[in-house]
Amino acid sequence: MGLTRKLEILADAAKYDASCASSGAARKDSRDGKGIGSTGGMGICHSYTPDGRCVSLLKVLLTNACLYDCHYCINRRSSNVQRARFTPEEVVQLTLDFYKRNYIEGLFLSSGIVRSADHTMEQVIEVARQLREVHHFRGYIHLKTIPEASQALIDKAGRYADRISINIELPSQQSLDRLAPEKNLTNTKQAMHGIRQRIDESVEAKKAARQIVNRPRVKAPPFATGQSTQMIVGADDSSDALVLHRADELYRDVRLRRVYYSGFSPIPEPSVLLPIKPPPLVREHRLYQADWLLRFYGFDVGELLPKEEPNLDLDLDPKLAWALRNRAVFPVDINRAPQELLWRIPGLGTVNVARILAARRWSRLTLADLQRMRVNLKKVMPFILAADHRPRIALLESTNLRQHFLPGPRQLELNFNAPPPTTPADAAMALSGQI
Amino acid sequence: MTHTAQIHPTFEAWRSKARELLRHGVAPENVDWVDASQTASLLAEEPSAYQTAPNSAVKVPADFLRLAANVCAHTDERRFAILYRLLHRLTLGGEKHLLGMPSDRDMHPCNAWAKAVSRDIHKMHAFVRFRLVGVNEQNGREQFVAWFEPEYRITRLAAPFFEKRFASMDWSILTPDECVSWDGEKLTFIPGMSRHDAPAADAHDDLWRTYYRSIFNPARLKVQAMQSEMPMKYWKNLPEAEIIHDLIASSETRVRTMIATPERPVKPVPNNAYLRTLRQRQES
Repeated sequence: MGLTRKLEILADAAKYDASCASSGAARKDSRDGKGIGSTGGMGICHSYTPDGRCVSLLKVLLTNACLYDCHYCINRRSSNVQRARFTPEEVVQLTLDFYKRNYIEGLFLSSGIVRSADHTMEQVIEVARQLREVHHFRGYIHLKTIPEASQALIDKAGRYADRISINIELPSQQSLDRLAPEKNLTNTKQAMHGIRQRIDESVEAKKAARQIVNRPRVKAPPFATGQSTQMIVGADDSSDALVLHRADELYRDVRLRRVYYSGFSPIPEPSVLLPIKPPPLVREHRLYQADWLLRFYGFDVGELLPKEEPNLDLDLDPKLAWALRNRAVFPVDINRAPQELLWRIPGLGTVNVARILAARRWSRLTLADLQRMRVNLKKVMPFILAADHRPRIALLESTNLRQHFLPGPRQLELNFNAPPPTTPADAAMALSGQI
Repeated sequence: MTHTAQIHPTFEAWRSKARELLRHGVAPENVDWVDASQTASLLAEEPSAYQTAPNSAVKVPADFLRLAANVCAHTDERRFAILYRLLHRLTLGGEKHLLGMPSDRDMHPCNAWAKAVSRDIHKMHAFVRFRLVGVNEQNGREQFVAWFEPEYRITRLAAPFFEKRFASMDWSILTPDECVSWDGEKLTFIPGMSRHDAPAADAHDDLWRTYYRSIFNPARLKVQAMQSEMPMKYWKNLPEAEIIHDLIASSETRVRTMIATPERPVKPVPNNAYLRTLRQRQES
């Protein structure tokens, strides 16, 4: 099989992994004239595909042959998809060739499980080893890790990678038993704890290395700076509350950098256990918004998803939905309120809150000031007090407030039984659920 | 009296002229900023025209200089004048807190210009595509050339990134405004060139398009999301952009095919030692 065909199969096999991040790596570059590449600071998206996703890394599987039978996955053993396998050298060369042309930030390597978890892990690590040790590659490397692999191999992967990740896939063992019978939530969490421990140790070692006054300084051994995971949404019947509680647990317990939510989308080779459904793109979007509120805006899962409403409102963003349930908090005075309260105003992001805090030290802010900061006035006005603005209390108390924010009627998701839409633009929108 | 400040449209030129004007306490409303590259006017300046004695050197925050470097790379005609007014207010005007006031009438346009420029720099880092043109016979270094059309005058601001990343290759980035080359020792800047001076393709472009085609998921078409991050003005220099249209056009059929595919049955568990240990572990 030629290289082009292998790339076709093994990139196609990797595309259901949503992560393509290349940010947050330790600063490194190749100004010493040895090797190639640099990382540090913001990652770069070198291209975008028509699904709106960023292309930052060469994202491929080493092989798509797999012993596991995860029914949401095109590479499961029950699928009849054509199988292929890269040699480590092929992946190394592809990565270097693409990198030198500035197509990519680095490599995201994953693999189907062949023979055993340890054997597969060794193959994946070999690619990273060659890149780092033979070619002195200083670009970004993200390695997908198998939770059942031995701690020694996971440690080794972490020494070569900028990021390592284990996919949790589904939020409960019950769902895993049905759709991914080889996967075990406890194993996964244990492996994540192991990685967290190594990352913590590495951070400590770096601190210690900085504190040593006697030269020569001891350089801390490199280790990945972060780990992330992915949860598939819409393949099982888990509620948003279950999904977000699981994410929140992982953010707290193993300090994940990111949880990616991947809406289950139609795959070739559908499984009899998991019939194809339209991708829940709006739900996926709302989960990301809620995830942001948990990490950067001081919200708890319970506030966003009270017991009686275990799923996010698809029509309104989760902060607005929270505000409508908690109207007694408002109006908030943007000239006096503390940061934590400003964060809770629908339509204000952390960047604009920082701007407000900076600017109000010198003058009392008016709506015109907010407008110059490009704040969406229609959205914030019912909830704030400004130097020249008081909201109509009648509106804040009105039962129509929700109506005030609802988008116009629009078809959101593809109805597989309906006749095809007429124009290509309609078709595109219906297919994607893009608003 | 009015001073005409005729400068080349660079940060360095603006900075040295602005320093000079500020030293003499010239008020912003008395300066007429002229872009020397945009005008044939050869108006000689009168350096002795200042009416006041020079002030001692003034200090500005480093944040202002970073802002000014980006603003100067923009192409809006008002940028030099507004930037000078901002500088004047910050220093002689005593408005030290101006940089923290994003809604100020001068800060607002400057921030917007700086942001547009920094976005353009980011896109240049992302969308430059190097093409292999040969190998240096003396030292064996690979030589690459890229053609890029930035919206603003950002070649100098964008170049250090490529130096850090591609230090071990020889490379040149050609743009209509200014070109930059790296030879392993230093960055060299030369005047702008034309698209025809750069190679039109690279042997790896086909493989790259294969990857781009294969990583795209037709079941999640979001054309607008793509275009807002990768505006069409960049497409003409991206090798992968030529297949975008086909990918969009064929996606509906591809999804229909998936839907029409009969569901695959579950195959029996293969006789594999590793799977047996997994099952034992889960049962215990």
